[in-house]
Amino acid sequence: MSSPLIELRDIEKHFGAVIALAGVSLSVHPGECHCLLGDNGAGKSTFIKTMSGVHSPSKGKILMDGNEINFASTRNAIEAGIATVYQDLAMIPLMSVTRNFWMGREPTKRVGPLKFIDFDKANQVTMDEMAKMGIRLREPDQAVGTLSGGERQTVAIARAVYFGAKVLILDEPTSALGVRQTSNVLATIDKVRKKGIGVVFISHNVRHAMAVGDRFTVLNRGQTLGTANRGEISPEELQELMAGGQELAELEGSLGGTV
Amino acid sequence: MTATKAEPDPSGASQPGAPQKDERVKEISGFRKAMIRPELGSICGTILVFVFFLMVAHDSGMFSAEGVLNWGVVSAQFAIIAAGACLLMIAGEFDLSVGSMIGFSGVVIALMSVTWGFPMWVAIITAFIVAIAIGWLNGYLVIRTGLPSFIVTLAFLYILRGLTIFAAIATTNKTIIGGIRDKAEGDWLAALFGGKILNGFFVWLADLGLIGKFVAGSRAGQPIVDGVPMLIVWALILIVFAHLLLTRTQFGNWIYAAGGDAQAARYTGVPVDRVKILMFMFTAFCATVFATCQVMEFGSAAADRGLLKEFEAIISVVIGGALLTGGYGSVIGAALGALIFGVVQQGLFFAGVESSLFRVFLGGILLLAVILNTYIRRIITGER
Repeated sequence: MSSPLIELRDIEKHFGAVIALAGVSLSVHPGECHCLLGDNGAGKSTFIKTMSGVHSPSKGKILMDGNEINFASTRNAIEAGIATVYQDLAMIPLMSVTRNFWMGREPTKRVGPLKFIDFDKANQVTMDEMAKMGIRLREPDQAVGTLSGGERQTVAIARAVYFGAKVLILDEPTSALGVRQTSNVLATIDKVRKKGIGVVFISHNVRHAMAVGDRFTVLNRGQTLGTANRGEISPEELQELMAGGQELAELEGSLGGTV
Repeated sequence: MTATKAEPDPSGASQPGAPQKDERVKEISGFRKAMIRPELGSICGTILVFVFFLMVAHDSGMFSAEGVLNWGVVSAQFAIIAAGACLLMIAGEFDLSVGSMIGFSGVVIALMSVTWGFPMWVAIITAFIVAIAIGWLNGYLVIRTGLPSFIVTLAFLYILRGLTIFAAIATTNKTIIGGIRDKAEGDWLAALFGGKILNGFFVWLADLGLIGKFVAGSRAGQPIVDGVPMLIVWALILIVFAHLLLTRTQFGNWIYAAGGDAQAARYTGVPVDRVKILMFMFTAFCATVFATCQVMEFGSAAADRGLLKEFEAIISVVIGGALLTGGYGSVIGAALGALIFGVVQQGLFFAGVESSLFRVFLGGILLLAVILNTYIRRIITGER
């Protein structure tokens, strides 16, 4: 296997007296979809925020292409090629798709001494990139609010890919979506992976994870319970690890394994 | 439950480059599309207001050169503070200290120039520096404390007003400081706020008989309207500047983003705090432009100037289609809102209507505008 794009070793994060992460390790290779699973409160959010530069770790190392780095800010992480798509905060509904797509990195052109946004270019690129992801926009200046939840996630993913993300972190992209939209987002993840981008897919839904994941890491109470390759672990085993005990497994049995 | 799930949707919805119609999306008619713009309400309002006053007050002199200048100046006053309030509101914040800032800046100019004898240009520049610094402080406190800007700037509404009255009384024993006109005479910077332009053009118009001339008194033979006041020029400059900044520049996109969803904007690397603080400073700048023009026009500064201006600015902006929650609005709309304001306030006078009814009108139109805006937002975002 190729060398990892990013590797996090024994990451610990303390908030005052609370130990949110107590030694989490994870690596992402080019072109793989690494699923990070865990129940609520397992530390998934804290971990991806550490990875994307929102928090700096209390202990542990972050390596990119083998070199140790520290992110001073999210901007730092973005420049290093780590893009994060947050579940609710991916897009601003009142703004147009183009304005959202280019937010923070607007293309400009000079008009005399002034610098204006190059809307021709911005609109064209937005339409093209959306078409590649299979989203048909009515027009580039339609508000993001008119798109469905799955389409919004896809715009955010397309944006990250266009701006050269090497590692794409997706925070529960499917948890609020319907069946059809979920399959669209999973298909998008597959497309992104085939471009050689490393995807970190956070979820607490084992089915969604099994559908696209190459490797699976389970978090529980701030610790890594282990990483398994595709085919080495069954959905039931994953579910059990996430819940961290037998109790749920019995419950699952009585529900016919449909949790 | 394996990789087959991840195959592209066979219905064609995700075929790249093959746009197909979604049967569940209704075609949006051109008319409806034209409806969905923030300025809609203010465009309709402007037309209505003009039609109304053309009908009831066409023979009152309201639409003579003099009359136009009359409501033009009042509208320009509203527009100057509305330009600042508009960008700030789109960035997601309010400034309730605008009115107090107007009184404060005016008194700073008067104290510096008349009482302490500095040249007028020094007084004006000082007023701008102090006001913009207070604007920065407003923004800094809002960002650092995380309190609603409503509360922070409400505090400054009182603090600034109190300081203004105190400073005027403590130094001059009066709340009105006169003598500005003499000090401003021949000052290069004062002319930028108190002067008029296009004098020759109006003399020419008067010679053609298109506008009236004074027939008696010391100014006999001069046109009644002898130029465009700098106040109107400032209003136009600020409107064009704010409009271009908002709709055409990268910074403008950040203003929308900061107001639309500050956290989402931060995650994509938009410097939200800087954008918001700069908008507070711009609002303070606009208030000081207003104050300086007013001081030059009246030849005096008074500690009670600018009362309720913050609300009038906000109402202009709301009539212009901006959402109170931020992230959406239009400078052109706000300017039309200011025009509606000026025309109605002065028009009621021309039409001989009791002027207290102006406030009834204000309240009514504010309510209408907010209802319309909420409706338009629903269309845009597809909320039900």
